[in-house]
Amino acid sequence: MSIDIDTARRVAHLARIAVAEDDLPALAQQLSGILTFMEQLNEVDVSGVEPMTSVTPMRLKRRADVVTDGGYPDRILSNAPDAREGFFAVPKVVE
Amino acid sequence: MLDLAYEAPKPKVISGAKAEWELVIGLEVHAQVASNAKLFSGASTAFGAEPNSNVAFVDAAMPGMLPVINEFCVAQAVRTGLGLKAAINLVSAFDRKNYFYPDLPQGYQISQLYHPIVGEGEVIVDMGPGVARRVRIERIHLEQDAGKSIHDMDPAMSFVDLNRTGVALMEIVSRPDLRGPEEAAAYVGKLRQIMRYLGTCDGNMQNGNLRADVNVSVCRPGDYEKYRETGDHSVLGTRCEIKNMNSMRFIQQAIEYEARRQIAILEDGGSIVQETRLYDPDKGETRSMRSKEEAHDYRYFPCPDLLPLEIEQAWVDDIKASLPELPDEKKARFVNDFGLTEYDAGVLTADVDSAAYFESVAEGRDGKTAANWVINELFGRLKKDDRDITGSPVSPDQLGKIIDLITSGDISGKIAKDLFELVYVEGGDPAEIVEARGMRQVTDLSAIEVAVDEIIAQNPAQVEKAKQNPKLAGWFVGQVMKATGGKANPQAVNEIVARKLGV
Repeated sequence: MSIDIDTARRVAHLARIAVAEDDLPALAQQLSGILTFMEQLNEVDVSGVEPMTSVTPMRLKRRADVVTDGGYPDRILSNAPDAREGFFAVPKVVE
Repeated sequence: MLDLAYEAPKPKVISGAKAEWELVIGLEVHAQVASNAKLFSGASTAFGAEPNSNVAFVDAAMPGMLPVINEFCVAQAVRTGLGLKAAINLVSAFDRKNYFYPDLPQGYQISQLYHPIVGEGEVIVDMGPGVARRVRIERIHLEQDAGKSIHDMDPAMSFVDLNRTGVALMEIVSRPDLRGPEEAAAYVGKLRQIMRYLGTCDGNMQNGNLRADVNVSVCRPGDYEKYRETGDHSVLGTRCEIKNMNSMRFIQQAIEYEARRQIAILEDGGSIVQETRLYDPDKGETRSMRSKEEAHDYRYFPCPDLLPLEIEQAWVDDIKASLPELPDEKKARFVNDFGLTEYDAGVLTADVDSAAYFESVAEGRDGKTAANWVINELFGRLKKDDRDITGSPVSPDQLGKIIDLITSGDISGKIAKDLFELVYVEGGDPAEIVEARGMRQVTDLSAIEVAVDEIIAQNPAQVEKAKQNPKLAGWFVGQVMKATGGKANPQAVNEIVARKLGV
């Protein structure tokens, strides 16, 4: 599978990563290379094989319905570039 | 299980300028799971807390934090599925739905696209006695809610509160089986009722704990039947999705507007573009949410932080065994056991608390009388005060005692209403109030006879008239009742008046 320049631009935009127009051809080529490498896996016949989700037989860990966390808004906001009155403040996004 | 027979309602038909059109509606209902803690973190789900105080580092998507599932939320989803007579999937899995928005710090929502926990079920949506729509449920999946953005606190900035981020939601997806705005609203109401019976969602629409995305398309009469026969969606019109509505009234208005918008385009020779729209209740119209178009590429993939969710059949069976009686069964039982009309049974079972109140009053008493008192007197009085049944000043025991006093002949039905008001306002034991205030009905015939004689003696002219026109006897009955403060047994008064007047 090959990634063209338009697809690379679109993927970058969806991930909100700024990529200069000049860098797109090289990026598209690298992404294509990665996908082509991974495509080798298609050569293996896995029909009838259950997808493996864990290398060790593990059950999804569960938690009881008890409040054990939270209550530290200052720490939650401590890395925010801008916070006001307990809220994260971000550039206006209105639907 | 008892079932009430019903037939399907007629689909709503809208007459356009050129032709008749029908509506086809499917809903995605987001119901907040009633739980203490969030789906994947130990932060509280309580509504109305200080901004960002119910937030764990997991919810804020701090690097390195991992989600751990809340088992109770899983049980709640299973319980909801069982309540909708749905298949429970013993293996389900979580996927990441990727999109970018400030109130979604992870940059993805953990959801269940490929393997939902609940499969196909059904809901019977009552549209009146004997009329109901059977709506097929496609699936229910568990997912995280997003945070809340507030846009009106600052002219240049949006403010973000992550308290709701990561709270468990059940997304309940219906098939396109609803055929009119009223049906769609009634469907949301029925889901809400069932979940409130189950205790899996409080159904508070104002707080956003129950919201719906509504898919609307229009087709020509006959097309929908073709779709149901063949399962082929292409015979239906192109649909538009109206996002995020949390009011039954707005759901109806939005569907009505959207259907007419689509019909106008089609009759003008245009075609419908599949898109996401927003309803503006102030303007009463829907508008396109263009910003969502590109975001529709959600790039789903299995969430690498979570193993598949495997549950055991025995655990599901335990949950099933703990299910309460659900609204449809309760309603059918009220009709069969208490001899209520389907309408009254529907009113009483609309809310689980009302149903419990009624049953408590009806126990060991006549069901119809109990229903009349609960519906006409109690509900009417509560409505006047804008209270709900849980805030009723009259307990089931007190109301039951009032009914007992009528049954035993101690008070008349009219006095019982005064007594009810006294108990409602002042409280107290009904029997004691009757004694203390001398409200007991006069059944002593000789006392009534004396009262009748007095009225007759005082009104000779009326007596002559009544002899000509026996209908006027009612006037005497009224006078006697007035003279006895309403305490005379009305039947006895009737008889004695008739006998004395010779009519």
